[in-house]
Amino acid sequence: MIQPAKPDLVTVNVDGKEIAVPKGTNVIEAARLVGVDVPHYCYHPKLSIVGNCRMCLIEMGMPAVDPATKQPVMDPATGKQKINWIPRPQIGCGTNASPGLHIRTNSPLVKDCREGVMEFLLINHPLDCPICDQAGECKLQEQATGYGRGYSRFIEQKNVKPKRTQLGPRVTLDDERCILCSRCIRFSKEIAKDDVLGFIDRGSYSTLTCFPGKQLENNYSLNTVDICPVGALTSTDFRFKMRVWFLKQTNSLDTETSVGANTVVWSREGAIYRITPRRNDEVNDTWMPDSGRIAFKQVAAPDRLKTSDALDVLIARAADLLKAGSVAVVGSGRSSVEEQFLTRKLAAAVKATVALVSRTGQGDNLLISADRNPNVRGALVTGLVATLPEAKLTALAAAIDAGQVKTVISVGEDLVAAGLTAAQLAKVSVIYLGTHANATSAAAKVVLPTLTVFEKSGSFVNQQFRIQKFSKAVPGLVGATDDLVVLSRLVAAAGGAAQPADLPGLWTLIAAEIPALAHAAHAKLPETGLLLDAAPWASLPFVEGETLHFKPAATAAVASSQ
Amino acid sequence: MAVIPLERKPLTFAERTYLPQIAFGLKTTLRHLVTPKETLEYPEQRPEIPAGYRGVPTLVKDPNGREKCVSCQLCEFVCPPKAIRITPGEIAPDDPTAHVEKAPQEFEIDMLRCIYCGLCQEVCPEEAIWLQNQYTMSGYTRAEMVNNKERLYELGGTLPDDHFKWDKKKSAEEQGNAH
Repeated sequence: MIQPAKPDLVTVNVDGKEIAVPKGTNVIEAARLVGVDVPHYCYHPKLSIVGNCRMCLIEMGMPAVDPATKQPVMDPATGKQKINWIPRPQIGCGTNASPGLHIRTNSPLVKDCREGVMEFLLINHPLDCPICDQAGECKLQEQATGYGRGYSRFIEQKNVKPKRTQLGPRVTLDDERCILCSRCIRFSKEIAKDDVLGFIDRGSYSTLTCFPGKQLENNYSLNTVDICPVGALTSTDFRFKMRVWFLKQTNSLDTETSVGANTVVWSREGAIYRITPRRNDEVNDTWMPDSGRIAFKQVAAPDRLKTSDALDVLIARAADLLKAGSVAVVGSGRSSVEEQFLTRKLAAAVKATVALVSRTGQGDNLLISADRNPNVRGALVTGLVATLPEAKLTALAAAIDAGQVKTVISVGEDLVAAGLTAAQLAKVSVIYLGTHANATSAAAKVVLPTLTVFEKSGSFVNQQFRIQKFSKAVPGLVGATDDLVVLSRLVAAAGGAAQPADLPGLWTLIAAEIPALAHAAHAKLPETGLLLDAAPWASLPFVEGETLHFKPAATAAVASSQ
Repeated sequence: MAVIPLERKPLTFAERTYLPQIAFGLKTTLRHLVTPKETLEYPEQRPEIPAGYRGVPTLVKDPNGREKCVSCQLCEFVCPPKAIRITPGEIAPDDPTAHVEKAPQEFEIDMLRCIYCGLCQEVCPEEAIWLQNQYTMSGYTRAEMVNNKERLYELGGTLPDDHFKWDKKKSAEEQGNAH
């Protein structure tokens, strides 16, 4: 595993190149730092080390020391300390850096070892590449090409194992392709804490299977598909949908909770095919929940809102409603930071206070947090709201009953789900900005269709107060408009100053008005996000419990104050 | 530049009669009357297509009638003018060829784009796509010029198979090295 940089660095020598690495770094990671690839299957930086694939064999040696005098033994030919090379190869994943360690990754012995290991791995591997979903991102394909012998000497019959086994609702197993690296077993045991997978039988008949009466059905099961180095575990949803080499990768975020797991969206010609996790050691390591992987289906959902009216016509209708005054704004913890900034401008233009709707659920202590809004902290940082949102819009309901509100602008929030009755909705004119049809869009006087998170760019602030960006993966739906454009047009319609509707222009303004976000401009944001100062909101009672790489600070503050 | 006048040679008596020249010309004409014809009465008559000719790309079935394409999409990837479009699909579990798992749901080749380069045939790991003898494609609309899966199999027919890779796979599944 990669340890954070510590003062106790040790110098190791990889293929003649010296490099200082933290003590405890294994040879694979040390070699990666000098740009040397040590092929491996079973090793995964976030899982325990088992060393059972034998692909990462290397030669190692230590500087020679005279056993009697403890004096270094010098090599007269080079004038340097002699290196005692171990005559047998060692596994790179299980060898940790120690002072003076010498590694050879390209010697004839190592090349021979790799060819031998590849030959054994391929003996019983079926020739399934034309029908295998892993083709194109398969370590076996890559390393057979890079380090294999190039031809087969095996003329015997291959073993037969079960193909097309359903391990769970989302994972299909082809046992013939399995190389027994045990990554999936270790993931289930160590990360998902749901120990359901194991090997049965012996030798070349070893077979991966679920324990009797159990299924691989936890909400993290598809991570086993991601870490499977071959095509043994495949996603049932993505099965035979598209070859990966056609897919374009766009960095995005998992928006189902405030964890903000980093993701990659895989699309081709405007259609999204799958979502996989993206490594961020501070947020989600290399994992993501299964529930976030089907989020792309909302893009092509049949209940998407769209309109054939021109935006000018819709904005003019909204402007008529806004002119009457007595406007309330319901913002959203699902909007991006940029949209929340414009929502604040809109609220200022119509002189309304902003209410947010909270969404909570059970956290799972891993990558699902209790707060199901991805960007409540964005609303705090942008100044859209000063307190945490409530589940029901009681204040707004009371104001409607009292006749103080004539028009409600809802930025993607279903007001019926947020506690308003149909009778209360009927009393007011609703302007609804949203992506999908619901009770509020049905009751709204003006519906402004907007885009899903996959069709636009922006940023979210997660539970750690880490601002992270997502990018547009597919073009927006015809008949829907970018949220930023709609909001800035609404601000103008409400009589406010003209606001930019593009990210660079908007961020110039945000950086000028909100000091906390001065260095967080979308274009300059690193792919792993930027941590903001959480101190101003430390006293708020956030709902999140402990998750991966996150400990609730507020609970600690509350506990210490009591 | 100097001008050099050339004197024309006077014609001989035989040349002045023109008869030897006419006879000489008639000899060539009469020879062609009896030699075999080089031209064909196209389209009633069609030329013989040499082996290895690159005609219209087609999909073929093996002698058992199994569609060979497994929709690996390598031809779609390699196709220089992007003429090929494949929608991959899964074979139903109750199908006799269910062990092959994958077959195209739809397979389209746009013959207005195809350049008959043969890369699809070269890249195919299943020997399922062949540029065969058909060399004329015509139609009244653009849509007519897109060969769909049904039409591709109609054009392709059946080709002999030397390997029967998937039949071997199935027999190994039934009586192979199972534990």
